[in-house]
Amino acid sequence: MKEFAYSRATAVHDALTSVVGQENARFLAGGTNLVDLMKRGVETPDRLVDVRALPLDGVHEARNGDLVIGATTTNSDAAAHPEIRRRYPALSQAVLAGASGQLRNMATVAGNLLQRTRCAYFADLSSACNKRVPGSGCAAVAGVHHNHAILGASPACVATSPSDMAVPMMLFDAVVHYETLDGKGEIPISRFYRPVGDTPHLETTLPDGALITSVTLPSAAAGERSRYRKVRERASYAFATVSVAADLVVRSGQVREVRIALGGVASHPWRARIAEEELRGGPATPERFRAAAEAELSAAKPLPHNGYKLRLARNLIQSVLTEIVH
Amino acid sequence: MNTHPQVLDGTGAEISGLSAPAIGTPRTRVEGRDKVSGKARYAGDIPIERLAHGAVVTATIASGRITAIDPSATLASPGVIGVIDHRNAPRVDPEAGSPFFGPDGQLQLLQDDQIAHGGWPVALVVAETHEQARAGAERLRVSYVEQPHDIAFSPGHPAARPALSAFGPDANKGDLDAELAASAVVVDESYTTPAQHACAMEPHVATAWLEGAVLRGIDSNQAPYGIAAQLATLFGKPLSDVRVQVEQVGGGFGSKTGLGPQLILATMATMLFHRPVRVALTREEVFLATSARPRTDQRVRLGADRDGRLRAIGHEAAFEISGKSEFIENCVEIAKTLYAADAIRTRLNVVPLNILPVASVRAPGTAPGSFALESAMDELAERLDMDPLDLRRRNEPEVGPVSGLPFTSRNFQLCLSEGARQFGWAGRDHRPRRRREGHLLIGTGMAGTSFFTTAFPSSATITAEQDGTFTVAIAAIDIGTGARTALHAIAADALRVGWDRIRLRIGDSAIGPAWQAGGSLGTTSWGWAIVAAARDLLEQLESGPALPVSVTSDTTEEIMSRPHRERHSYSAVFAEVAVDPATGEVRVRRLVGRFAVGRVVNPLMVRSQLTGGMIMGLSIALQEEVVRDEVSGRQVNADFAGYHFAANADVPFIDADFVEDHEPDDPLGMKGPGEIGTVAVAAAIANAVWHATGKRHRELPIRLDRVIED
Repeated sequence: MKEFAYSRATAVHDALTSVVGQENARFLAGGTNLVDLMKRGVETPDRLVDVRALPLDGVHEARNGDLVIGATTTNSDAAAHPEIRRRYPALSQAVLAGASGQLRNMATVAGNLLQRTRCAYFADLSSACNKRVPGSGCAAVAGVHHNHAILGASPACVATSPSDMAVPMMLFDAVVHYETLDGKGEIPISRFYRPVGDTPHLETTLPDGALITSVTLPSAAAGERSRYRKVRERASYAFATVSVAADLVVRSGQVREVRIALGGVASHPWRARIAEEELRGGPATPERFRAAAEAELSAAKPLPHNGYKLRLARNLIQSVLTEIVH
Repeated sequence: MNTHPQVLDGTGAEISGLSAPAIGTPRTRVEGRDKVSGKARYAGDIPIERLAHGAVVTATIASGRITAIDPSATLASPGVIGVIDHRNAPRVDPEAGSPFFGPDGQLQLLQDDQIAHGGWPVALVVAETHEQARAGAERLRVSYVEQPHDIAFSPGHPAARPALSAFGPDANKGDLDAELAASAVVVDESYTTPAQHACAMEPHVATAWLEGAVLRGIDSNQAPYGIAAQLATLFGKPLSDVRVQVEQVGGGFGSKTGLGPQLILATMATMLFHRPVRVALTREEVFLATSARPRTDQRVRLGADRDGRLRAIGHEAAFEISGKSEFIENCVEIAKTLYAADAIRTRLNVVPLNILPVASVRAPGTAPGSFALESAMDELAERLDMDPLDLRRRNEPEVGPVSGLPFTSRNFQLCLSEGARQFGWAGRDHRPRRRREGHLLIGTGMAGTSFFTTAFPSSATITAEQDGTFTVAIAAIDIGTGARTALHAIAADALRVGWDRIRLRIGDSAIGPAWQAGGSLGTTSWGWAIVAAARDLLEQLESGPALPVSVTSDTTEEIMSRPHRERHSYSAVFAEVAVDPATGEVRVRRLVGRFAVGRVVNPLMVRSQLTGGMIMGLSIALQEEVVRDEVSGRQVNADFAGYHFAANADVPFIDADFVEDHEPDDPLGMKGPGEIGTVAVAAAIANAVWHATGKRHRELPIRLDRVIED
């Protein structure tokens, strides 16, 4: 583990100031991902600025009815919040499907949005990895990629995002709010994660030196019947193989509104807009759900070991939507 | 059988003076209070003055040789004392190994520049603190020239050859081909199981130092005496100049039965740097540099008459080994004894590859072997349109089917009937894919098995003290099974005194020869030695000698003079699973196991051990596998995030219990309960998944991508 400087910020402005001009400084919140990667030498910051003591904790309702989740709110607190459970149940379900109780007590909402892939080659310094060392290659394409991406990947990188929480964030059109020394800004989550392309090391559109201050859930996007379903290789404490967050409103057997987001299939949570478009206004039947899922997945490019994810994602979309109808 | 009497406190203080035998009484472990309060000391917890710490550097290639090691950055790193590699390491004896498998190349650490598998230790960095050692290790620059590696396992591999025969010859009873040809129904299928790791919670840790001429070691292991003997041979010392101790061990599951890299490297470091040195492997190093269970490929052929009587059992298995060490993953063992048949033929081959050496992991041989044989039995029942339980009842042998020797006690049928009754097997519709709950498919399955049991020679010393207590010393070790507590009970009963008059000393090679905590034979072997020493001591005390009086007894002669007979423990396991065909998820809902394990010394501990064993079997069925990268030749899931075993949420209600059983050739009537809990579970679950879905899973683990339906 490389030696590093550590400081604790008590005001947002201090936190922003302490990373200015330091290319290799990182904000530290729960540390459940960053510290692990530092121990392995994958992350090698010179300076950590601990933002845990900043006044960015807690969930409240804004005047316009949006729900504001402070950046340092723990995953546990977010999952347990009554308004999140009532209006955005898929988010609460997703957070509780992730990690363990101990990790959720440490991990923060902003940190979760930024967690790195669990691709084994990313974590192994002796392997080629374009995400860790740009230009070094990708060991996963020819190697073991059982749990890698089927959508939106590139020859440069086939890693997936491990986040459960980010999947319903994508479903609910969350907005990421940040601050830099130049002022405040916001990014809709649909534009927060960059396409992989040939720059897999560039993961988000967050400006340099920016600190996430909150994530808001628009009141118009609430979905009281929304659901999150995660499939994994054991009943607990494993990353998703494929997960689905979905919300569906049916009137007289017709789909009035539908939203679907997938986890475990791409470098970031994947909004299934093609499937949504296929379903909107049509009959709410399992056959239609399946056909819509297949339309979404027609662009998928599975690798030799992960073709099963196509079937799994299709079946899961069908099954979750069918459950919501019933 | 299901009565659970009051559990006594492990200190046993309150039962002082009671005349009830200690054996058979459920009792919490004597060190339990220390363990839950953090007072119990594991190998890495023992304070040693002037302690230095070693950090291992492992090979990042799977085959080739080291061309250069540049230690300059490491030596400049704060706190670093020195670096050991193949150029300056003490030379060791190339003949050192194990009594069963001969010279072991895995012990030849830092002796040359050759790399035969990814993760092979290439250097040790020694520093003042553990953190400084690790930082120094990260700065060590090792250059290699790679050679092509071979990790492609198949039974037809050109390098395949017969395994060693130390565990007995191949079975060649009758004419297999003729009996298969005469059979009304034949099963001929192949089953594969992946490499697996022991996954003990406590990583391998050792501390070594020299005290004059005596090499002292504190080591997390399963065999203090055996490991001291290996260490003495390796470093060319008389055994009297080597002493290995340990207080508590956080699990071994086979991976700590032999001399591990932690103790070899710590010994080299203390020889070079004249300081006590501790080497604590990281979790990743435990995966990459200790040992694993090999992959297996097993062809099973069964032939039966229409009424289910077996005519033929053929079991031919191949398993992988490293080029460095021999091992016998005896998959075919139970095919020789579990069922009667006119012809029984077994073969066991090895395939040498560029992999981590293979060694004992949780029921070696029988865990993968029973998956193959008991899956095939289920397939035979299917093809006969017969209750799989009845098929097993119909083929009960009267004597060892291959050996012709009588069984000592064989309560397999009792396990089957008790298990079936408790599970509610009667009336099961044997056709697959008949039960649904909503979108879930429900199935039940069963399997039975045996596990070889015996006792190995050990010695114990008992001293009658002046204060009326007895000091019982034996080089046993408690790896978490409850052996210490069981030996207390055995000693109390053997000396016919209350529990509180026993002082037990274990975990020290200097006490004398004793068998390891391995092969499900630890407590049985040690218990026998304690019984022998108690008997001899009580005889001496009859003449009223001046105290203290000590007696040392060795069981070699008694054990060797037992009649040749078939000795096995038995189990029957019943499973219910729910399968989601849309996602491929398999969840086990119920597990019932009935076990014939001889006399049970401590029902609380043994039930725990069997339950734990069944959870391991569940993990073997559904989760566990070493995943290797064909390109690099290295394991890619060398941590607990990638190497999955059951989490609590995967574990259903488990009902593990014993049937009445007694081993007549053991003075205590014991058989080992250590590993029998694990075997048979994978087959029972695989058979239940077939019953639920109609699809056979002949490849473990039963991963969701193998189960998911269109």
